[in-house]
Amino acid sequence: MTNRTILVLLDPATEVRTGVLELLTIARGLGRVEAVSLESPTVEALAQLGAYGVGTVRQAELPPALHGDERHLPAVVAAALAAAVRRADADVVLLPTSFANKEAAALAAHHLGAGLIIDAAAVSEDDDRRVVGSKRVFAGSWDTACAVTTDVAVITVRANAVVPAAAEAAVEPVVEGFAVQVPELPVTLVSRTVKPRTSGRPSLEEAAVVVAGGRGTGGDFGPVEDLADALGAAVGASRDAVFEGWWDAYIGQTGVTIAPRVYIGAGISGAPHHRGGMQAAQVIVAVNSDPEAPIFEICDFAVVGDLADVLPQAAAEIRKHKG
Amino acid sequence: MRIVVTVKYVPDINTERGFEDCRVVRSPAEGTLNELDENALEAALQLVEAAGQGEVVALTVAAPDGDVALRKAFQMGVTRGVRVSDDALAGSDYFGTAAALAAAVRKLEEESPVDLVITGMAALDGLGSVVPVLLAAELGRPALHLAKKLAVSGGTVTVVREADDVTEELSAPLPAVVSVTDTANRPRFPNFKLIMAARTREIEAWTAADLGLDPATVGAAGARTQTVSAAPRPPRPETQLVTDKGDGGVALAEFLLRNDLV
Ligand SMILES: Cc1cc2nc3c(=O)[nH]c(=O)nc-3n(C[C@H](O)[C@H](O)[C@H](O)COP(=O)(O)OP(=O)(O)OC[C@H]3O[C@@H](n4cnc5c(N)ncnc54)[C@H](O)[C@@H]3O)c2cc1C
Ligand SMILES: Nc1ncnc2c1ncn2[C@@H]1O[C@H](COP(=O)(O)O)[C@@H](O)[C@H]1O
Repeated sequence: MTNRTILVLLDPATEVRTGVLELLTIARGLGRVEAVSLESPTVEALAQLGAYGVGTVRQAELPPALHGDERHLPAVVAAALAAAVRRADADVVLLPTSFANKEAAALAAHHLGAGLIIDAAAVSEDDDRRVVGSKRVFAGSWDTACAVTTDVAVITVRANAVVPAAAEAAVEPVVEGFAVQVPELPVTLVSRTVKPRTSGRPSLEEAAVVVAGGRGTGGDFGPVEDLADALGAAVGASRDAVFEGWWDAYIGQTGVTIAPRVYIGAGISGAPHHRGGMQAAQVIVAVNSDPEAPIFEICDFAVVGDLADVLPQAAAEIRKHKG
Repeated sequence: MRIVVTVKYVPDINTERGFEDCRVVRSPAEGTLNELDENALEAALQLVEAAGQGEVVALTVAAPDGDVALRKAFQMGVTRGVRVSDDALAGSDYFGTAAALAAAVRKLEEESPVDLVITGMAALDGLGSVVPVLLAAELGRPALHLAKKLAVSGGTVTVVREADDVTEELSAPLPAVVSVTDTANRPRFPNFKLIMAARTREIEAWTAADLGLDPATVGAAGARTQTVSAAPRPPRPETQLVTDKGDGGVALAEFLLRNDLV
């Protein structure tokens, strides 16, 4: 353990998501952990942060001229992160990976002259006490490690990097405000709408188990949803299935990149674009009627068969087991 | 309408990709134009066509092999290609790349104004999705990242973006930097005439010195991160393949239960 200070972005502030708990767990292994928030954290959030060893929550005080939703703009988040690093004299900033957070991380690193690592799966320290981010690249076929050579490191970390673990002893977090100067925004936010989270299911980004459907569903995602619900899993799709209008979020290089414990692909051929977004999964399972389907090359377990038969049967079997 | 499109030379995702001495292997046999930059080229060509006049310049920071990417841009209808190559740029991180791209855009600006810089949403080798934003920051221009829809009118650019469950409409005055997603448009297929013309089109090669870049701030010397290891993953154990004869679903459930995955 060192005397390093690690800032974790609380995103969103109203709810401590699993992704953030994972970052707090990683951060505790690197040094002293603080959280940065752009909103006022709730009592529940504070209790959870305390349980994970966060002694200080730094809450950004944004200029009053900023309109409500503008606080979500990456330029604003970046300004807050940079100010928090200076205020806390922090060494590392961790953010859960998302498109918006990558943008904020890049801008914060630009302000700070910091080294930037995108999509790390692990963060550690090397013999020279440099911060090292490891990541799996080229559709899960190579492991790389990158050392940050500047004083400050800004790192986005993908979900499911670690199993979240509470601190040995809980602490009572102190909330400390800090002023953030935001230079005049060059971009106007005309409108912003957030898609409501699907009822009861975990989010695709964070889920430990994902069931995905492709063109082979023929448009009926019923069996995919059935198995997902039996497993408490998230539902995803291939890009083609989304283009058909059968589902709303796709997995892949240009969609959501996931690294769950288990990925189950049904009626998905396994195109390189799709693989690029899921091949880092720990266990890969596929159901496909074509024995030559390319996805079988990267599977741990696969069923050659019609997904409309196989998935409901698997779901029933799992429900039976769960009792 | 004068538009610069940044294009990257990357290993084809359909080939075995790898590292040597902690650097991505970029060989002409497998190197290609980053597919996602085709959407950027398409967007730029459409805007210039709609304006009825102007120019699209394709710009890459790459070793001379990177001409492959520019040739592909010519095939789509781009009329000018610039490659920035220098030993001093080898080993650049995101910031070094963005600084070199920004310096090249500024040099192009010396000739005549650049209204827009359009980039792809990500380079398929690193999947960083950060160069567009850093390039905008270097140039001091607004960044509109991940546009799914893009419109320019009366000196204002407006985009719709969908990312992370959020849909936003953003607007900014020109000049600006915009990145477009793979769903923004359908890149055109090159026709025979353009393919022939692309072969002989001249590529302008600029060095770090031409751009006034300080070698200490770019390339491996200026990089803020250093790849310290790169190793291929061990091959996956052989796939357990079951053919459904009426109990495939039970077999799937048993696999999950046996491995404690439920
Ligand atoms: C620039 C670019 C970016 C892209 N990015 C992505 C991305 O991020 N993510 C992505 O997913 N795609 C992406 N794509 C698209 C990708 O290349 C593939 O076209 C897509 O992934 C194929 O989707 P699919 O597997 O559902 O369909 P298909 O390839 O048509 O496969 C359908 C499969 O279903 C099987 N099947 C049919 N009926 C049944 C049945 N009853 N039961 C079981 N199996 C059945 C078939 O055997 C087949 O293997 C991208 C493409 C481009 C050009
Ligand atoms: N070396 C490069 N030369 C030209 N354009 C680049 C280069 N690197 C990145 N880009 C552009 O930036 C986009 C996003 O790249 P990245 O941030 O690396 O994922 C790409 O789609 C390109 O348009």
